[in-house]
Amino acid sequence: MEHSLIGKRIQRKEDYRFLTGAGQYTDDVELPKQTFAAFVRSPHAHARLKSVNVEKAKKAPGVLAVYTGQDLADAKVGGLPCGWLITDVKGQPMKEPPYPVLAQGKVRHVGERVAVVIAETLEQARDAAERVEVDYEVLPAVVDAATAGRKPGIHEIAPDNTCYVWALGDKAAVDAAFSKASHVTTLEFVNNRLVPNAIEPRSANAAYSRADDGYTLYVANQNPHVERLLMTAFVLGLPESKVRVVAPDVGGGFGSKIYLYPEDHAVTWAAKKLNRPVKWTAERSESFLSDAHGRDHVTRAELALDKDGKFLAMRVKTTANLGAYLSTFASCIPTILYATLLAGQYTTPAIYCEVTAVFTNTAPVDAYRGAGRPEATYVVERLVETAAREMKMDPAELRRKNFIRQFPYQTPVALLYDTGDYEATLKAAQDLADVSNYEKRRAESLKRGKLRGLGYACYIEACGIAPSNIAGALGARAGLFEAGEIRVHPTGTVTVFTGSHAHGQGHETTFAQVVADRLGLPIEKVEVVHGDTSKILFGMGTYGSRSIAVGGTAIVKALDKVIAKGRKIAAHLLEAGEQDIEYENGTFKVAGTDRQKSFAEVAFAAYVPHNYPLDKLEPGLNENAFYDPTNFTFPAGSYVCEVEVDKETGATQIASFVAVDDFGKIINPMIVEGQVHGGLAQGIGQALTECTRYDSDGQLLTGSFSDYAIPRATDVPSFGLDTRETPCTHNPLGVKGCGEAGAIGAPAAVMNAITDALGVKDLAMPATSHTVWKKLQEKNHARV
Amino acid sequence: MSVKVSMKVNGQPVSAELESRTLLVTFIREHLRLTGTHVGCDTAQCGACTVLMNGKAIKSCSIVAMQAEGADILTIEGVAKPDGTLHPMQAAFKENHGLQCGFCTPGMVMNALDFAKSHPNPTDQEVREALEGNLCRCTGYHNIVKSIVAGARAMAAAK
Repeated sequence: MEHSLIGKRIQRKEDYRFLTGAGQYTDDVELPKQTFAAFVRSPHAHARLKSVNVEKAKKAPGVLAVYTGQDLADAKVGGLPCGWLITDVKGQPMKEPPYPVLAQGKVRHVGERVAVVIAETLEQARDAAERVEVDYEVLPAVVDAATAGRKPGIHEIAPDNTCYVWALGDKAAVDAAFSKASHVTTLEFVNNRLVPNAIEPRSANAAYSRADDGYTLYVANQNPHVERLLMTAFVLGLPESKVRVVAPDVGGGFGSKIYLYPEDHAVTWAAKKLNRPVKWTAERSESFLSDAHGRDHVTRAELALDKDGKFLAMRVKTTANLGAYLSTFASCIPTILYATLLAGQYTTPAIYCEVTAVFTNTAPVDAYRGAGRPEATYVVERLVETAAREMKMDPAELRRKNFIRQFPYQTPVALLYDTGDYEATLKAAQDLADVSNYEKRRAESLKRGKLRGLGYACYIEACGIAPSNIAGALGARAGLFEAGEIRVHPTGTVTVFTGSHAHGQGHETTFAQVVADRLGLPIEKVEVVHGDTSKILFGMGTYGSRSIAVGGTAIVKALDKVIAKGRKIAAHLLEAGEQDIEYENGTFKVAGTDRQKSFAEVAFAAYVPHNYPLDKLEPGLNENAFYDPTNFTFPAGSYVCEVEVDKETGATQIASFVAVDDFGKIINPMIVEGQVHGGLAQGIGQALTECTRYDSDGQLLTGSFSDYAIPRATDVPSFGLDTRETPCTHNPLGVKGCGEAGAIGAPAAVMNAITDALGVKDLAMPATSHTVWKKLQEKNHARV
Repeated sequence: MSVKVSMKVNGQPVSAELESRTLLVTFIREHLRLTGTHVGCDTAQCGACTVLMNGKAIKSCSIVAMQAEGADILTIEGVAKPDGTLHPMQAAFKENHGLQCGFCTPGMVMNALDFAKSHPNPTDQEVREALEGNLCRCTGYHNIVKSIVAGARAMAAAK
């Protein structure tokens, strides 16, 4: 196409409203006769509820109602379901303990909801919540994942606190390969628990109308149809047709707003009871206590190599902390989205991974940006870098020696990579990072009293989880397709309805680029609508970097139908055969002639069908499509990080960070770069600053932005980015997805750089100044 | 205890009877329904609620409304020209992709407006240090820094 919009840095359509304060986030929605909810939360990690006395709270000024778990049980409100069934090594289903909306008999983590108070004002609700009297019988807390299996069970159904023991790979082949190895590298580490901390706290505002017995729920959520499906079918027992879920502007998600949360259900249920809208918005301290956290693995990993550095096998044993309850997709993160990625970019022929998932008295753990793939990349890339150092080989060369170079490639852990060029991204990253002059920079740093280190990470991720039938066979309880609709208006403008949901990703721009490009229309003629179940035909939402690859393809398929019908209409108008009609640059033409009709003329004919083949064709120009991918997409890339460590204080600064990614075809490079920047900052946060600590009683010690350090502007550098492109082979746009890459690749790159700087084998994340300083002291003492 | 407060917000005189504990941000969001000013934390760390009070960037969650008695408050809704044209700082955020989800953005812009007055041509490092009190989880700050440098220069050039 002459003026292709693909690959153009088009400024975002959504920016004007955000820059002028006109965004509409859930807490900004104020409904007529609005009421406000405050939740009474457990101060104990594990306790029996001896009594919950709400009488004083009910009498407090402005209070409309106070509900407890008993009220919900009496009303037969169900618990929250888990969306993925994992089958364990013995063929048994995972343990699925009830996850109540409000606590039933027991509380299992600090911040669990015991009661909800609803009042005329937020202040009244909060004041009254203080007057709910709960008598707790405190029980010992299970906090440490590694030892949870030996502690008394926190759920009746799982007396050993074990949800499942699951494995992937050929154990016998791996053991045999290890017995022949000339070198084995072993690492034991913790992948630190993270709190996602989207800057918009979770929020839900539910209304009920007696006029039509219908509910409307505004909620900060990444997948409103999934929320509606699970809420209506499993929790509240309502017809989906009576529930509208709107996820309006959403202020960041990073996974944490995928899930069903008890608060959403409590306010929806209460809205009918009170016949008034009920709004709840988390305070940040509630977010820390009750949003689903991420990561939290304890892992022992081994890599077997031959004398030349060829990888022979990998063996990984992980204990994954699921927290107190099974969050919506918790079970598939440390399994399906983790062990399958352990081949990385390499030809390792045999891999075995065993995962024990445990319950503890901590906040539930689920997908957080990257979801299993950062954990896998950390395992692979820390092992590879460590092996190179132990074998005195160049870490980049060791990677090259083991790169997959022929595609498609079947890994020993179930994935079929369709395409990639790992050499290209590694070479480009080394060039951009000026690795050849690294020694000069190291010497210069040393003169200033700084230890410099360089670390690589070559990651792969699997995005756009699919296809539905295979996912179903692996335990998924939901489909993994996406839906899109193209509504052409009579004057030739277009509204695109997508089941994907944007909460920062810029879909209103990127999807409009795709549509305007394919139709040959100015982008101003295309609007994108998302996030409202009353407008969108269906949607699985946005997570796992799936929006462009799955949602974008659904849109393309609907566009193909629009163009196909347009050709039929144009053939009639131009009195030509349909086979002779070409569509190009917004015009239907009779091939080889100057006879043509514009897109707008064809659209007009479809809606004012005076001269129209009514006997053969329906009026209107409105098409939809569902797309279920045949495979994952496999973005990959190479990251190079250099750090400087202050020998006296342990303070560590990122001196430079280079990321070269292969996302396949790129629609809007400006938006893609933004996604990478954000992912890198979160990955650097995991490596350097973000530390979630529970004490032995299960109290969260890092429950505010004063204690839990998400990166500030001075903690991260400006990034050096580049891309290489091997188009995805199984979707029409050739796209792979870019949302999580930075968070997946960065932690290993940073930790490889720091361990290089310190000359140590391993160091715990986050590498705070204190952690680094302690390690330096240990090393110095060891030397004396 | 209720108190009467009066101030100017975005050039308009406003007054209300408020509970004395009402935070300035609550007054702005809930009473005036100017919801562009956001609340992202409860410890005055995130800066999403930043507004200008008498020209100085403040966190509107950390004072009560009556402390702003008689003050001149500017929120994000009052930054663009009356005809809707973006202020140079807002335009710089758009041109440099300095925002993603948009939630921290109003606070970033308000802080940047104050910062740019004293830094017509700032370095990246000066901008990063000035963002100490504003958290963003989407952008990794890279493009926010670029936006503020460009916006500060554009403001200086427009003088």
